[in-house]
This record gives sequence, structure tokens and C-alpha cells, in this order.
Amino acid sequence: MALDLVPLWAAILAFGVFMYVLLDGFDLGVGILFPFAPDDASRNTMMDSVAPIWDFNETWLVLGGVGLLAAFPLAFAIVIPAVYFPILFMLIGLIFRGVAFEFRHLSNRRHWWDRSFFAGSLVATFSQGVVLGTFVQGIAVDGRHYAGGSFDWLTPFALLTGAGLVAGYGLLGACWLVLKTEGEVHEWARRKARQLAIGVAAFVAMVSLWTPFIQPQVRERWFGGEHPLWLWPVPVVTTALFVFLWRSLARGRDATPFLAALGIFAMAYLGLAISIFPMVVPYSFDLWQAAATPRSQAFLMIGTLFLLPIILGYTVWSYWVFRGKVRAGGGYHS
Amino acid sequence: MIDALLLSRLQFAWVIALHILLPAFTVGLAAYIAVLEGIYFFTRRAVFLRLSRFWLRLFAVSFGMGVASGIVMPFQFGTNWSRFSDVTADVLGPLMAYEVLMAFFLEAGFLGVLLFGRERVPPWVHFFAGVMVAAGTLLSTFWILSANSWMQTPAGHAMVDGRFVPQDWLRVIFNPSFPYRLVHTTMAFFITTALVVIGVAAYHLRRGRHAEESLVMQKMGLGLLAVLVPLQILVGDLHGLNTLEHQPAKLAAMEANWETQARMPLLLFAWPDEAAERNRLELGVPVLGSVILGHSPDAVVRGLKEWKAEDRPPVAIPFFSFRLMVGLGVLMLALTIAGLVLWRRGRLAAAAGFQRACILAAPLGFVAVVAGWVTTEVGRQPWVVYGLVRTRDAVTPSLGTHDVALSLLVYVLAYVFIFGGGLLFMARLVRRGFDSDAELEPGAPAATPARPLSGATRVR
Repeated sequence: MALDLVPLWAAILAFGVFMYVLLDGFDLGVGILFPFAPDDASRNTMMDSVAPIWDFNETWLVLGGVGLLAAFPLAFAIVIPAVYFPILFMLIGLIFRGVAFEFRHLSNRRHWWDRSFFAGSLVATFSQGVVLGTFVQGIAVDGRHYAGGSFDWLTPFALLTGAGLVAGYGLLGACWLVLKTEGEVHEWARRKARQLAIGVAAFVAMVSLWTPFIQPQVRERWFGGEHPLWLWPVPVVTTALFVFLWRSLARGRDATPFLAALGIFAMAYLGLAISIFPMVVPYSFDLWQAAATPRSQAFLMIGTLFLLPIILGYTVWSYWVFRGKVRAGGGYHS
Repeated sequence: MIDALLLSRLQFAWVIALHILLPAFTVGLAAYIAVLEGIYFFTRRAVFLRLSRFWLRLFAVSFGMGVASGIVMPFQFGTNWSRFSDVTADVLGPLMAYEVLMAFFLEAGFLGVLLFGRERVPPWVHFFAGVMVAAGTLLSTFWILSANSWMQTPAGHAMVDGRFVPQDWLRVIFNPSFPYRLVHTTMAFFITTALVVIGVAAYHLRRGRHAEESLVMQKMGLGLLAVLVPLQILVGDLHGLNTLEHQPAKLAAMEANWETQARMPLLLFAWPDEAAERNRLELGVPVLGSVILGHSPDAVVRGLKEWKAEDRPPVAIPFFSFRLMVGLGVLMLALTIAGLVLWRRGRLAAAAGFQRACILAAPLGFVAVVAGWVTTEVGRQPWVVYGLVRTRDAVTPSLGTHDVALSLLVYVLAYVFIFGGGLLFMARLVRRGFDSDAELEPGAPAATPARPLSGATRVR
């Protein structure tokens, strides 16, 4: 096959995972903030703001998992066993938070399901952060199999990235609520967003400083001889976005904090991609070594190029239908 | 022996058996809701709006559970079956990815509008959203059953360095057992939903309320069953013949047939003894097996002894689960005929015995679906890709027994809790019944103004 589809597949998959992180990020973040809300009315508003979209957001996770299986099967077969328990905890967390959307209205013990929504969101987010940290640290490989044990992911670095992602999703959730709500819950979310912004900045700094010491490849990439100058904009833009986030929160803007938080996630994601590229099983297999056969990649690419724009089209439409502020009580659906 | 392999198989059986209950319900229900919305859109008869709103609440709960338990499934291939993933992904990966791209996004993208958007979009858009959700569930069925069928009857591939490589995508997708499995399973899902619909109608009729809604539901459900149940028996027979051709060892296990023989009996009951390679306590109809499978008394049917013991599936499980499925099919046929006779005589609502039977029959579709699933999946053993890759060679090599024991325990506890809760809450929604027309007047205040947004409470 003449055309090398590996870079395009890597880009599509990276896009899918990024969409997941942004979209489910804010609704998981709403779950993480849930018990800290001022009152039950605020909690109902928070739930209403994500109820019509959460399962759509989680579909991007399925795309990420299945896309990895289809486009880079060797990576799927090695990386997923390495994070056996974080994946288990993530899935169980997602179940307990997912069913809470409906169950809390049908149960006589609403507070059980409110706790389930919070705990599920927290556990799922932390687990995703652990998966990220394990991935960055590198995965032990024997031939075409994962070679380590089922608890190798339990490292200080992975726990740090887990905690960092909790803060990060919390920030996205708070900024989402600033965008989508008004009144008391809005003011509360704005305060939380400022607190979380400080926390996220600290985590980003810690992870950024720690990562180069994990792996020579990463150190070489950022501080090595070749062209480290073109990488300077990454930390500079990230810092600028934090400043922008802080100021737009302070000035009472509604939409720009959410955009700034998205930008911060985009830069962190970009920084990670720069560190890891071109590895897809760090630091044993690169994208080309783990890729599916060209015939498989081509078959799926044809449909993906056709379907992805349509999906994005009705995503935008669905968000448009539910645009505007969420109001407590009956106002939302009228 | 209890090891990571056995526990991984139990874990997969557990998470998929519980997950399949939800599509078994929501595939048919999505189509039913689309039909109700369509009739309401064109006729503006209020009863169809009340029906749609009622079923949308149950759909919201079951679909949410389906999404949550469905996300688990693809990750199982990585966590517990990594060697299966490595070997088959070039063929199966794109099929599953097409399921996500064509089906999951479509369902989820339009579900929000279907559940919460009735007053935010024009009526035709709301109807369209219902059609799109239903289309999504059917496309999902198409792709996942194609992948599953390929594992049963692999085709269109070559082997390169021990991995499957696709050669002909049309032969991969439309592999020999796929058309039969697709039709058989989809019809089973619709029948399952129809049985729930007439069961819920019977529940309300027995309590002497919602007579108008319940009779509409029961007639729609019986009408569908009248077409699908006889057709399903025919399709099931064709599916069995397809199995005889492509997976003869599975068929021999389903019939507990040890010897290759002409004039094969059809066993109604037997106690298969795998160690002794024979059955105890056989009770059967002479020659009927050969007539059904070969359309001639002298047709020769291959028996289990033709295969080495290590290439045979377990016998007792497919034998009994197959009989359970067929027996339930016969019961469904009897119920359908009784319902049609009563309907024709205009005595549907008054027939207490029939209505009680409908309530008891409401869960039978689920039992039959799981029994059929067990038959086909256990009958595929000892292969994960039939005849080519053994299940024992598919499990993740890094897993220890304790790892899988722990994860299985977590899945069992979590699912018992979640599915138990879901069942309880759906029963509550059924008891709550239908809205009155006054609540549906445009601009009417919501019955409980402070109630927040959920499909179960806020479907408009």
C-alpha cells in the first residue's frame, strides 16, 4: 500500500482521546464537585447541566479503546493488561456514576446515589490519571506481551498524575458550571474554579518537572541538543493560559474560563505527546511497529473520514439544542 | 482447575450475560418508541404520546445501564484476552470500531434530544431523533453480531505469523453464520420487548386501570408476536442447519449425539456423561433428528466421537440451554395463539387467566436470549475462533489467579447491586403508570416543579 496511514490514524486516535478528556472531563468534574455544592437545589442544577450529554461524552472513551484496538492492536494488547486494576476501577466507577443520573430520582435513598455519583466520578478520574502516569513511565514488555505484574502501576508518579487529573477534571467541571449556571451555584463554582486553578497549576508544574527524569528519551526530547527551541512555546503558552484563566475568573466572565481550561488541557496533552512520540507502547514499540496491517487501517479509514464529520455535526447540534443557562426547577425544559 | 483462564471465562460470561439483557430490551424498545412517536406525529392521538412518554422513562433507565455496562465490554478484550486481541484485531478491530462510529455515537447523540428535547425542537425533529436512536441500536446489533459470527465461522482472512489478516472484507463481515445469527438475534430482541410490553399491559389491566393504553399496547405487542414468533421458529431451524454445516461439533453437543448415525433420534431429555461418552436416561423420538437436520430418515448426522476429546465442546450445557430456549419458544407460540383467539373474540381485557399468563411471560424473552447465547458460545468451545484459536491460548499471559479472582468478585458485587437496583426502579416506573392528559397540555405546570432533569422523571 502506497499511502502510510499510520500518522493519520495516530492523529485521529489522539483527537478521539482528547475529545474524551475534554468532554467527559467536565462531566466527571461536575461529579467530583458534587458533594461540595452549597445545597440540594445546586446539586440538581449541576446534574441537569450534564444529564443530556454525559453518555455521548463517554462514547468517546469507547472510541478511544476500540480505536486503539483497531489501529494499533499491539499497543492495546500490551498496555491494557498493564493497567488491569486501574481499568477495572475506572469501569466500575463509570457504572456507579452513570446509573446515578436516573437512579437518584427513583430511589427513596437519593443520598446513596448522590454519593455513588461522586465516588464513581472520583474513582474513574483518579484511575484514568493512574493509567496516564503508568503509560508515561513506560511498560515492561516481553515479546508481544506485557511482562510486569498486575500492581506495577502503583508508583508515586502514577498516584501523582491520578491526583492531578482529579484536580484537572474538577477545574473543567467548575468552569463548565460557570458557563452553564447562574445565581448561587454559579458564584460557588467560580470560587472553586479559582482554587482548583492553583491546584492544577501546581500539579502541571510537578508532573512537567518529574517526567524528564523518568526516561532518557523524554529528557533528550525537551533538553537535548537537536531543536529544543521550538518546544519553548509549550510551557510559555501554558503559563499564559493560566494567567488568562485567573483573570477571566476574576473579571466575572462566563465563557472564557471554560475555554481557557480547555486550552490548558490541550497544552498539557500536547506536551505529553511531544514527550512520548513516536512511542505507543512506551518505550518499546513505536506507532509503526504496533500498527494494524495497512488493509485494516485503510478499510476503517474510509468510513471514519466519512463518519467523523457527521458525528461532530450532530454533536454540535445536540449541544446547540441544550444551549444557554440551566435553571433550577422547571425552567430547563421550557 | 481454578486458574486465571477459568476465572476470566467466568468473568466474561458474567459481564456479557448481564449486559446482553439491556440490548435485548432496548433494541426492540427503541424501535417501539420510534413507532409510537411516528403514530403520534401523524395522527396526534394523545394515547400514543402517553405510551411513548411511559416507555421513554423505562428506556432512559435501561439505556443508561446499557451504556454503563457496555463500556466494560471492549476493555475486557484488553484486560483479560490480550492474546485474542493481538491475534484477531486486524480483522475484528475495524468491525467493532464501525459499531462505535455508526451506532454508539448515533444513539447517544440523539438520545438527549429524544429524552429531554421535546419542547426544545419541532415535533418532526423529535420524531426523527427517535428514529435515529432506533437505527443506532440496530446498526450496533449488525456490527457486533458480525464480529461475534466471525469468531464462530471465520472467513475472508489469511494467517500471517500466527495473526489473522483480512483478505476480503465482504467475506469477513458476511461470514457464513452472520445472516442467520443477525436475523435470529434481532427477532429475539423484538420478541423480548413485545413480551415485556404485553406483560406490562396485563399488569395494568389486572389492576383495573389504564385500560385504553393497555389494550393498545397489548394489541400492538400481540400483532408483532403473531408475525415474529412463527417466523423465529423457522429462522431458528435454518440457523441450526447452518450450524450443522459449519460447526458440526457444536450441533452434536446441542443434540448430545455421540455416534455418527442415520435415523438419529431427537432427544427430548438425556443426561450426557462426557467421561463415558454416552447419555444416561435417554428419552427421545426415533428418527426425528435425522428428519429435522437432514430432511430424510436416512440422513447421516455426525456424532461427538468423530472429534478428539480435546476438540469437543462441553455437552451438557449446550444440550440443556438449547432445550430451554426451544421450550420457551413453544410457550411463546402458545401464548401468542391464545392472545390472538381472545382478541378475535373481543375478550382480551376480560380474560383473567390469559392476562396472568402474560405477566408471568414478561421475562421469558430474556431467559431465552441468554439460553441461546449460552448455547452458541459454550458450543463454540474449546475454540475462541472456531477451529483455529483455542480459548486457553487467548487469555492475557500476565494475569495471576488472584488478580482475576479479585476483579471477578468486584464485577459480581457491583452488577448484583446495580442490576438489582435497576430492576427495582423500573418496576416502580411500571407501577407509577401513565400520565394523565392534563399533565401533557402544552404549558401546563410540571406535576412536581422542583424535580430536576432525568429521563425517568422529566421525559416530555
